[in-house]
Amino acid sequence: MTEAPADALLRTPLHETHRQLGARLVPFAGYEMPVQYSSIIEEHRTVRAEVGLFDLSHMGEIEVSGDEAVAFLRYALVSDPGALVIGQAQYSMACQDDGGIIDDLICYRLEDDRFLVVCNASNRAAVLGHLEELLARGDFGATLEDRSERTALIAPQGPNAAALLAELTDLDLAAIGNYRSARGTVAGVECMVARTGYTGEDGFELFCDTRRARALWDAVFEAGQRHGLKPCGLGSRDTLRLEAGMPLYGNELSRDTNPFEVNLGRVVKLEKGEFIGRAALQAVQQTGPARKLIGLEMRDNAIPRAGYPVHADGQQVGHVTSGTLSPTLGTKVAMALVPAELAGIGNAFEVVVRERPYRAEQVKLPFYKRPRD
Amino acid sequence: MSYPDDLRYSKEHEWVRVEESHATIGITSFAADELGDIVFVELPEVGGGLTQFGTFGVVESVKAVSDLFSPVSGTVTEVNEALRDAPELLNSDPFGAGWIARVELADSSELDGLMDADAYAAETA
Repeated sequence: MTEAPADALLRTPLHETHRQLGARLVPFAGYEMPVQYSSIIEEHRTVRAEVGLFDLSHMGEIEVSGDEAVAFLRYALVSDPGALVIGQAQYSMACQDDGGIIDDLICYRLEDDRFLVVCNASNRAAVLGHLEELLARGDFGATLEDRSERTALIAPQGPNAAALLAELTDLDLAAIGNYRSARGTVAGVECMVARTGYTGEDGFELFCDTRRARALWDAVFEAGQRHGLKPCGLGSRDTLRLEAGMPLYGNELSRDTNPFEVNLGRVVKLEKGEFIGRAALQAVQQTGPARKLIGLEMRDNAIPRAGYPVHADGQQVGHVTSGTLSPTLGTKVAMALVPAELAGIGNAFEVVVRERPYRAEQVKLPFYKRPRD
Repeated sequence: MSYPDDLRYSKEHEWVRVEESHATIGITSFAADELGDIVFVELPEVGGGLTQFGTFGVVESVKAVSDLFSPVSGTVTEVNEALRDAPELLNSDPFGAGWIARVELADSSELDGLMDADAYAAETA
């Protein structure tokens, strides 16, 4: 990434571009990142209706390769990467022995024995350390390579993303289905083009060499002007994923939560064989998780936010993990962790905002689902 | 950047327009721009007391919750109900339709402790 003084924030290759676009930059996971360019609500709406462009170059990319890459990742992650065909990706998690979540991530199968693990910027060191330790301990025939510093990630997301990219690549985008990827060139830049995202809309994530990041962004941005494209920052990224009911590490996910509590039990493949956290997770699955992540919609006029207490029958029973005013729906919504026995669609809760209780009702997740044709 | 010169301004980016012993208060365009899209305003109670530089309400943007600090002491006589359904008025017209409250001033000498438009412009430059 770009040079910066030792104690300063890191910058992605697109830092100058963000400044020129008038981005408001904030510290995030040790990086200086755009939180918004124009308005969070405008950017959010653009992703839902047209196409937004995100710089996600701060995220971690770790390549895992070798004869025992499959066996190693099967052991290190809760999902089964061995079930992936080449080019296919899966959402997964790395868990501790006690089932607590170290990070949520996406695992791409590049070749029979080569995978790419894409993890949160804030957990890159933790994931790398965890994988290194397991690799050494288990003596697997595999190697790790942290490619984060050399990998840029640009994500066009929204209903116009495919039409936009089609102008810039010979790849047959229709052949790249959800959670699939292909290697090719986009605007002359070599990329892995993945149909993955964190917005609840159709979209792509383009992985390229950091030295080509500006060329790729500029080309997509320019072509995007014919498709209603706006640059979008982390502010809208958060409201988009929250509407789509997607968890955020540090809010819904942490080392103190297990996958079953947060509606991610389907990601855990207990039957694949031994893996780190298996015993603990099997126990949770058998007894049922103690807590459940639910969706709340406010019935009184107050905005629920992360950390706010959640009450039932006048007693605190849990807390809000994420909350906002939904730009698409216009409602005040939140995800919250409550005791499993209190969860039920239509159940009444209260969210305490500035020491006063406001009524809320449990609703189905996700709050927003994109229209399918 | 220039600000309306019939107003007085506080360091916390509030403004006050004085008409005899009555005043109207709000937040400046500088504050609104800093906050970004404003999605919620918690208005003070009519009849409630205000203390100069004390908190009197809350304004929320998409990402953050911020206290409102009153530029003057007095009693709230009216609040801008339009802000309940249209908090975005604080972004689009912070000095006009986005006014927050009308106040009966307790002590008009407090205005001497506030900035005029030129001083505020220099402060926010």
